[in-house]
Amino acid sequence: MDAAERRARELLRSVVSAEDFSAYEELGFISVPGRGDTASGYAYLLYPHRPLVAYETAGGRLLSEYCVRFEDEGERLPDADDVLAKWIAVHGREHELIATANLNRPGHQVDPGHVSRDLARLRAWRVARIGA
Amino acid sequence: MKPGHGDVLLAEGDPELAEEEERLIAEFRRQLDQGMWAAVPTTDGVRHEAVMVREFTEVPRDAERVVFYPSAAGG
Repeated sequence: MDAAERRARELLRSVVSAEDFSAYEELGFISVPGRGDTASGYAYLLYPHRPLVAYETAGGRLLSEYCVRFEDEGERLPDADDVLAKWIAVHGREHELIATANLNRPGHQVDPGHVSRDLARLRAWRVARIGA
Repeated sequence: MKPGHGDVLLAEGDPELAEEEERLIAEFRRQLDQGMWAAVPTTDGVRHEAVMVREFTEVPRDAERVVFYPSAAGG
């Protein structure tokens, strides 16, 4: 891990919940509920430098991909900064972010099988955390 | 957030002190003029949120920090 990613992770740790930060470190992504409310019935998977993937929280059905990038002057944000920028935008400007993004069907850029496996990993990880 | 670098401290000060507030406002405007978005992280100890701000006056007086990040575009 380079210095930029280390700094970015410290910022991420200081902003998001301990659970979200652990998810990023251990799984490589964060799940954020739509409208900031688990009752919304949908959530987004936030991967670094990949589209947001929306899915139904009840059954895991994939809904859509939202391709978005943060203007970067030719240089990429560190992975953790990219995830944090998405996290902030989903929390604070979900509608604006979604309106800005290019909407695609599931599987356009992110392999649905990969996402399904990640959702299974996320469920198992949450169960393990509750049991720990 | 700075591409290729991670976060950078841009300015710090006490908004209750006029001179320091001026410096904070100037930096806030400079960042937004460069196309950055601004957010104030918040937490009640359980929920962690981010409040978007477009004007310095929208920043809560007791906010510990404002995070600037590049604006989003379709990818």
